[in-house]
Amino acid sequence: MAALELSNISKNFGAIQALQDVSMKIEPGEVVGLMGDNGAGKSTLVKIIAGNFRPSAGDITIDGSHVEFHKPIDAQRKGVEIVYQDLALCNNLTAASNVYLGRELTAQIGPVKVLDYRTMFKRAGELFAELKSETRPRDMVKRMSGGQRQAVAIARTLLTQPKIVLMDEPTAAISVRQVAEVLNLIKRLRDQGIAIILISHRMPDVFTVADKITVLRRGRLVADKPVSKSSPEEVTGLITGAIEAA
Amino acid sequence: MSVTLEQAIDSRQHQNLLSWLTSRQVFWVFVAAVLACVALSLVTDTFATERNIFNVTRNFAFVGIIALGMTAVIASGGIDLSVGSTVVMSAMVTGVVMAAGMPFWVAALAAIGASLAIGAVNGLLIAYAGMPAFVVTLGMLSVARSLAMVLSDNKMIWEFGPDHDLLLWLGGGATFGIPHPLIAMVVLALATGFAFRWTRWGQHLFAVGGNEEAATLTGVPVKRIKLSVYMFSAFTAGVTGILMVGWLGGVTTNLGQAMELTVIAAAVIGGANLAGGIGSAFGAVVGALLIEVIRNSLILLGISTFWQGTFVGCFIVIAVTFDRIRNFRSSE
Repeated sequence: MAALELSNISKNFGAIQALQDVSMKIEPGEVVGLMGDNGAGKSTLVKIIAGNFRPSAGDITIDGSHVEFHKPIDAQRKGVEIVYQDLALCNNLTAASNVYLGRELTAQIGPVKVLDYRTMFKRAGELFAELKSETRPRDMVKRMSGGQRQAVAIARTLLTQPKIVLMDEPTAAISVRQVAEVLNLIKRLRDQGIAIILISHRMPDVFTVADKITVLRRGRLVADKPVSKSSPEEVTGLITGAIEAA
Repeated sequence: MSVTLEQAIDSRQHQNLLSWLTSRQVFWVFVAAVLACVALSLVTDTFATERNIFNVTRNFAFVGIIALGMTAVIASGGIDLSVGSTVVMSAMVTGVVMAAGMPFWVAALAAIGASLAIGAVNGLLIAYAGMPAFVVTLGMLSVARSLAMVLSDNKMIWEFGPDHDLLLWLGGGATFGIPHPLIAMVVLALATGFAFRWTRWGQHLFAVGGNEEAATLTGVPVKRIKLSVYMFSAFTAGVTGILMVGWLGGVTTNLGQAMELTVIAAAVIGGANLAGGIGSAFGAVVGALLIEVIRNSLILLGISTFWQGTFVGCFIVIAVTFDRIRNFRSSE
């Protein structure tokens, strides 16, 4: 059963047709590279899956059941997590605090709810270990490398045992060394049976880690095929429109 | 320049307790305050007297209490310029209500209520209308003081009805030789320090100050946090207002004038970062203490109090310079 299935998703903002009849399927443990030029509709599609926008038409199915998201929290409850492009981390807090930001664990002591640092540090440490990252729960995010920051942002998505993780340009602004680290993180998520949508401009990254490539051009899905049957040249052609569809 | 994977793995934040301590601005400010106290005790025979210590601790408590609220505001990435005017508003409400023959507790509730209302207006405009904190609280600085004048008809109040003595005892008295404002400050500092470190509220306000966008995306109730922070700051100013009336035994409309600047100075000297995200309750107290020790020492050493501003000003700049140098080093 597909982890996520989109059928005939369309979205228009007034007269502007941002997405038109987009259908795709992602299996658990599959990495899909979502590519397209600026304005092709990538972020609109991601925002629809994440519950920021409602589609004008079409259906979303998660694990075989129809879902409707009104707010991002609805999507989160159904197992959709996002790693934002700027990672949405607070530099002045520790790694563990960032992982638990907005859903801190507390323990009731008398009349007050006290933060349960012990459990948060422990669980965050386990998540970093699962991701084979050297990030330590007590370290301040301010002093972390790009790769470590990614690990924090990804560990955050794992708190809720997600089914689908959306990653928006995770390798855009980091060094070559750290890109390898992030791609390894993505593979570990995949090995846990999580479906991953990787939005990226970087062709080599997509071809390294993705199982399937989907290309959006001007709101339409022009390609949806296994990586092994495509090539960077073909994808470039699809993105620019030199190749009509594949 | 980027850090390689190996460096990131090998890097440690602090080798031991000493390096952790010396990396903190508060620590150095605390050392400076202690050194100043020791030096003054040796140089003058007036500093270490019971009477003078009593005065110093009581005086700094007023600034210290509000600096706690200000630190919360600054740590959340804002600023509150209206605290001095909130002090006079709270003091004036206390005075007017008590002079009308009401008991102290009614007056205190009214004063705290008025202060919280000021904080709520600030917070609503800043959090929900998205207006800049500087502008909103600058406006409130003017409005609150003017309302205090309207309320009192700009007259001095110095008779406080049936609970007159209780009010004076609360603000000017002492228990076990400890001035009451100092007790209030210590209790509030412990509560604030606890809230900063151990509650969701504390975690969230530092998150808002650190990266508001991230806080919003991760579901932190940013607007509610901002509102609560300005109400907390107004609350601390309100408490101070009540205590100050009791201490002075009278209230005029120039009470608390320019106090916001001293309070901000105390918070900043104590390590609060005006860019948001950094600050501590202990720092607020230590910053306020240092300012009062400077003021007191100038008087005891017979130096004109005109120099006070120069010393306090230099300390603000030195404290922040320390922080810069440290950041510069750690970013290398």
